[in-house]
Amino acid sequence: MARHAPVLDVDGMLRAPGTRIVVCCGSGGVGKTTTAAALALRAAETGRSAVVLTIDPARRLAQALGLTELDNTPRRVAGVGAGAGGALYAMQLDMKRTFDEVVLAHAAAEKTEQIFANPFYQSLSGSLAGTQEYMAMEKLGQLRAQETWDLIVVDTPPSRSALDFLDAPQRLGRFLDGRIIRLLTAPAKAGGRAYLKVVSAGLTLFARAVTKIVGAQLLTDISDFVSALETMFGGFRERAQSTYDLLRKPDTAFVVVAAPEPDALREASYFVERLSADQMPLAGLVVNRTRVSLAPGLSAQRAAVAAEQLAESGGDQLAAAILRVHADRTAAAAVESRLRDRFTRAHPDVAQAVVPAMAADIHDLEGLRQIAAALAGATSRTTPTSRTTPTSQTAPTSQTTPVSP
Amino acid sequence: MTGKGGTGKTTVAAALALALASGGRRTLLVEVEGRQGIAQLFDTPPLPYEERRIAVAPGGGEVRALAIDPEQALLEYLELFYNLRRAGRMLKRMGAVDFATTAAPGVRDVLLIGKVKEATTRVLDGERVYDAVVLDGPPTGRIGRFLNVTAEVAGLARMGPIKTQSDGVTALLRSGLTAVHVVTALEEMPVQETVDAVDELRRLELSVGTLVVNMTRPSLLPQSEVARIAAGGVELARLREGLVAAGLPDRYAAGLAAEAVEHAVRIGLEQDNRRTVARLGMPTYELPLLPGPVDLGALYELAQRLIDQGVG
Repeated sequence: MARHAPVLDVDGMLRAPGTRIVVCCGSGGVGKTTTAAALALRAAETGRSAVVLTIDPARRLAQALGLTELDNTPRRVAGVGAGAGGALYAMQLDMKRTFDEVVLAHAAAEKTEQIFANPFYQSLSGSLAGTQEYMAMEKLGQLRAQETWDLIVVDTPPSRSALDFLDAPQRLGRFLDGRIIRLLTAPAKAGGRAYLKVVSAGLTLFARAVTKIVGAQLLTDISDFVSALETMFGGFRERAQSTYDLLRKPDTAFVVVAAPEPDALREASYFVERLSADQMPLAGLVVNRTRVSLAPGLSAQRAAVAAEQLAESGGDQLAAAILRVHADRTAAAAVESRLRDRFTRAHPDVAQAVVPAMAADIHDLEGLRQIAAALAGATSRTTPTSRTTPTSQTAPTSQTTPVSP
Repeated sequence: MTGKGGTGKTTVAAALALALASGGRRTLLVEVEGRQGIAQLFDTPPLPYEERRIAVAPGGGEVRALAIDPEQALLEYLELFYNLRRAGRMLKRMGAVDFATTAAPGVRDVLLIGKVKEATTRVLDGERVYDAVVLDGPPTGRIGRFLNVTAEVAGLARMGPIKTQSDGVTALLRSGLTAVHVVTALEEMPVQETVDAVDELRRLELSVGTLVVNMTRPSLLPQSEVARIAAGGVELARLREGLVAAGLPDRYAAGLAAEAVEHAVRIGLEQDNRRTVARLGMPTYELPLLPGPVDLGALYELAQRLIDQGVG
């Protein structure tokens, strides 16, 4: 028997003045970016001033959001929310530029050019594992500190592991501030003499090994970089920590995004467990691309038998084909439903919102509005044939909440 | 093997490793992103940093699997080349391992691919240990940077062992022994990323192999009707008659018509996407979406389909 998860009250979450940050997380390819954009749009159209920070949107979605100028600052999306007194802003993260901004803000003015020209900095800011996560969190911190928007919705990077965006910033901060980098490059500055005496034997071995691994040139580059950045030390880890703390505040809401597939739901489970272990405020799970029957009551088996009958009796072959479409879709919906049930059994208290699969990809504001409406429990899909049946009646774990008037 | 997240990259990599091991050969299936995707797929405990047999191939042969951990790869490297294994614990405590594997740009990738290279070129009794090594690589968004290791470390390590190691890795990656295969699904984002990744790989002069179009679904509507239904819907009166003839109530007609339209729209988009990837001019294999979760049986089925299309 199907389990019923509590319904994720998307509109309640978006409208509450106490919600200031929504973080969309989940594994790759589940529609995080679209979900983030749809949530921000919905918030804007209920009167809030919302900004969505996207990481790597599909080209046409980016165009729909007006993300044609990649200048790392939020731009207003025309035609959204004005009627309700809200506004939608969108930006795409440029990790290198965000890193440059951090340097500009914190390094001594005469050192910035030197830092930008340093090969180690160039690699670090452009490609280092974890930099994208660090910079996404950095940008989030910046946007929050600006107090320009009521609500910030963030997409998270397509990480190796779904949890990277929580861990990578601190790891990178730890590295940049770490005693290692200082020991390596400027031992005299690293601490008291007594400390150095104790570690000196190890340090010699260490420096020897690192030199062997990476070569002396890299050490020179790092050394230059470190001395140019000296004023920033302490800052990296502190900044990562403060964003991490920001995420734990009650005005943040985590939305875990998944597709009704085993891998995506397994990742979603990890996420839910981790967020709970870290006492991060979890709002709920969004299951995207869910197939639902539009002819509820007609089972897959019955449709398949009817199709067979038509085929054998020389009846309308198009009707037979359409019945097969239904049988296939309903069978797939049943599989997905079982997968969602498993999640619900493991996490019965996690609220869920179910978004039906759209026939076409989303690349305009109208498409986002449809996703947003589905997220909020109001299915408003339009198809060339008129249809009035609500679509979620047969999906066991999906319950629709009517949009409050 | 690369592909956008969600396209079944790991599944296809595993099926390929099985197909290439068929008929008494031996392959190694490798993962490098610490996800333990192979263990999940084969329903085994997490893989250690050790080559383990995980499946027997059709017609004899075996697939071994390895999850390469950058820390372990570094310690192994230090031991092999510098006899520094005993220092490993101290290096780890001091953060040097963390430094080299997560922070020093490009070094991590050199170590990971370096280990793949070692397995690929390993010889026992005058013969290669593995007939093929299948690397379940990073997704399309990161594959170019991952494989272009020399450029990554060039700005940093102009000399020294990392440079030497990366040169060796690059030579292997650009030799006839290596091909980068791309997995895609017939959806907008994966197709867009596939096109971008193939462009990038070609620009980097890496050998682009085959395209695997994964999770294809048959069109259930007659080809002649797809475009018409997608654009204009279904004639309801006719459908009602058809339903009644089949002994079903005609009240389902509107819902069924809407489903038919969605199906037709999706098929139409898939056809557009198929044309887009065809322009890449890559040899292409297709694998269908199998009903139910991907288990070991499904992997054998996919491997057989690859063999039927000429793999191995």
